[in-house]
Amino acid sequence: VDTGGIYSKLTAIFREVFDDETLVVSPALTAKDVPGWDSLRNIRLMLTVEKAYGIRLTASEIGKLQDVGDLARLVQSKF
Amino acid sequence: VTDALYTNLGWLPKAPVDFRRRCRSVDEAKMGLGSALRALASYSLDQNQLFHLAKAIERAREAGRTRKPLVPFRLGLLSNATVDLLVPALIATAARHGIDLEIIQGGYDQTVQEVLSPDSKINQAKPDAVLVAIDHRGLPFLNPLSDPIAQKTAVYGALDYLETIRSAIKANSGSTCILQTIPPGPETLFGNLDAVLPETPTRMVQEVNAGIVAMVSGTADVLLDVAHIANTVGLANWHSPTHWDMAKLPFSDDYCPLYAEHVCRIIGALRGKSRRCLILDLDNTLWGGVIGDDGLEGIQIAEGDATGEAYRALQRFALDLRGRGIVLAVCSKNEDEIARLPFRKHPGMLLRENHIAVFQANWKDKPANIRAISDALALGLESMVFLDDNPVEREHVRQELPEVAVPELPADAALYARTLSAAGYFEAIFFSREDVGRADFYQDNARRIELQRQSGGLDAYLRSVNMEIAFQPFDKTGRARITQLINKSNQYNLTTRRYTEAEVSKMEKDPAFFTLQVRLSDTFRDNGMISVVICREDGPGEWEIDTWLMSCRVLGRCVEHMVLKHITEQAKKRGIHKLKGKYIRTDRNKLVEDHYSKLGFVQVGDDGNGCYSYELGVETASFEDIPIAVVSDIA
Repeated sequence: VDTGGIYSKLTAIFREVFDDETLVVSPALTAKDVPGWDSLRNIRLMLTVEKAYGIRLTASEIGKLQDVGDLARLVQSKF
Repeated sequence: VTDALYTNLGWLPKAPVDFRRRCRSVDEAKMGLGSALRALASYSLDQNQLFHLAKAIERAREAGRTRKPLVPFRLGLLSNATVDLLVPALIATAARHGIDLEIIQGGYDQTVQEVLSPDSKINQAKPDAVLVAIDHRGLPFLNPLSDPIAQKTAVYGALDYLETIRSAIKANSGSTCILQTIPPGPETLFGNLDAVLPETPTRMVQEVNAGIVAMVSGTADVLLDVAHIANTVGLANWHSPTHWDMAKLPFSDDYCPLYAEHVCRIIGALRGKSRRCLILDLDNTLWGGVIGDDGLEGIQIAEGDATGEAYRALQRFALDLRGRGIVLAVCSKNEDEIARLPFRKHPGMLLRENHIAVFQANWKDKPANIRAISDALALGLESMVFLDDNPVEREHVRQELPEVAVPELPADAALYARTLSAAGYFEAIFFSREDVGRADFYQDNARRIELQRQSGGLDAYLRSVNMEIAFQPFDKTGRARITQLINKSNQYNLTTRRYTEAEVSKMEKDPAFFTLQVRLSDTFRDNGMISVVICREDGPGEWEIDTWLMSCRVLGRCVEHMVLKHITEQAKKRGIHKLKGKYIRTDRNKLVEDHYSKLGFVQVGDDGNGCYSYELGVETASFEDIPIAVVSDIA
């Protein structure tokens, strides 16, 4: 998975999960930057990423994520 | 993937690409908010889409906007897992079934505390039903045990625990209980030997499930067979240890839409929303090929022929549905004589003309024909399912008649029967012997209308069929059918008030109530119970007719006159001098808007909001000669 491709795909996922057409995802983006990104929505987000890529993310992997850059690297590590 | 039919609810059409935008702007819909929400819910939706739709529903609720014609239902939800993701899925899915769902959530893993304490959130709310969503992790057993006696104790312990929850709900909130079977895990202890040894988790789960089924059967409580749902999609798919660890999700997130769909089918069935009539297209739906082009020899429906067998499987399923009371009808663009030919002459056909209540084969458009079928059967469009291989016809019917359920069909006819079954349109919460002949009843009724046209006059005709009527107060024997009628009659129903079996049971003994169950038989058959009336004392010497409903099968046969005659006779005996009736308008019961005025009641009120009040002096009521004989009566 190439890096540019992953951010545009993650952008589409974020827009779907947060119902916000203006969201643009970058590596430095964190939960503080996006309204409504609470723990429940985070689960929703992780499950949507799983489904979009056909992968599974474990509790400990998710627990270590600090920002979207970490998430992108985690997804890439599954391929 | 074969299980995509179930995972993605493959009988539902795909959601439009701008689905989220439509959810956001649903408030401005021209068709009315409730109908617009239901239309959005009727697509195949993933978890995010369900979430956005639930948000739109919550917005409408908070703004105090009406969601009619969605029918309100309040569901208590108890679980040993995280259900926060499930709640929006349930709310959105309920709209698909015509339900405006409110959920009262118990605390996480607080099941016993919630039900035992009378002032808990759930007991205070007194919901219409409580879903006890407990899985194997929530039951007090399941350490692999070493001796058979301890194993038995463990099974009883688990069942005891569930029974405690169930009876506490009954006692403290009076709600209907929805209990789940437990899907076994794919993990085994010994391997294949697990099936043989009673002390293994596999076997214990089986026994607990048998116990849960026994607990529910014969009661007003309802079973959600989660074990069967999980088996259908595969236990290894259903159970996701990763998702349990991640967020205490009770099963893989992939099945959230499917699970919600099953829960909401049951809620729909509790509210009388299950469908009752299957309308079939013919060419390439019921047989392979086109009868008008290929002729009797050219169509594919022969026994033993690979293509023929695919269509025969659908015919067999349709026949089985008819056997449990679902009415069958035909809607096809064809010449009538040619369309009937296979039913009459083809040896491979399982369906025959006498199985079809209404046969509409002509060149008019399908929505018009479906309307005609609905009129002939006196069954509303909401009761109809239309099966057609042609996507253009399907879309036409969806556009014109959004109330009719129109499943998507796969390219392979071998999967038609499975798809129809998976769609769950005919979900039932109980089954009584009287259901068995229901398809015949509707069919005979369609035939009676024919007879009426031929015979000399309505009165002469009615006299010739030797109708006999029986009146009884509510009792234990009639309770299930009474509850069924109360919850599913929409058209001939003056007030559309729904009562649970527990409430019906209470009325049997309460002296403030005068109740009637009415049965009718005639030369053709015993129609079974066809009318229910509930009168409640309301002031000295006055009865308020709380409920008056009748099966549309016996329309136009003077039954309502006979029922009123009986009520007035009983009222006199009990010193009642005034009857008060109400007509509460819904979008389904226009049929009875003149019910009371036709019976001689005087209108005394109109609240301007669809509720009309009527009164009748018992002494002034008079009845002409009614062509029905009373065969049994209450003392």
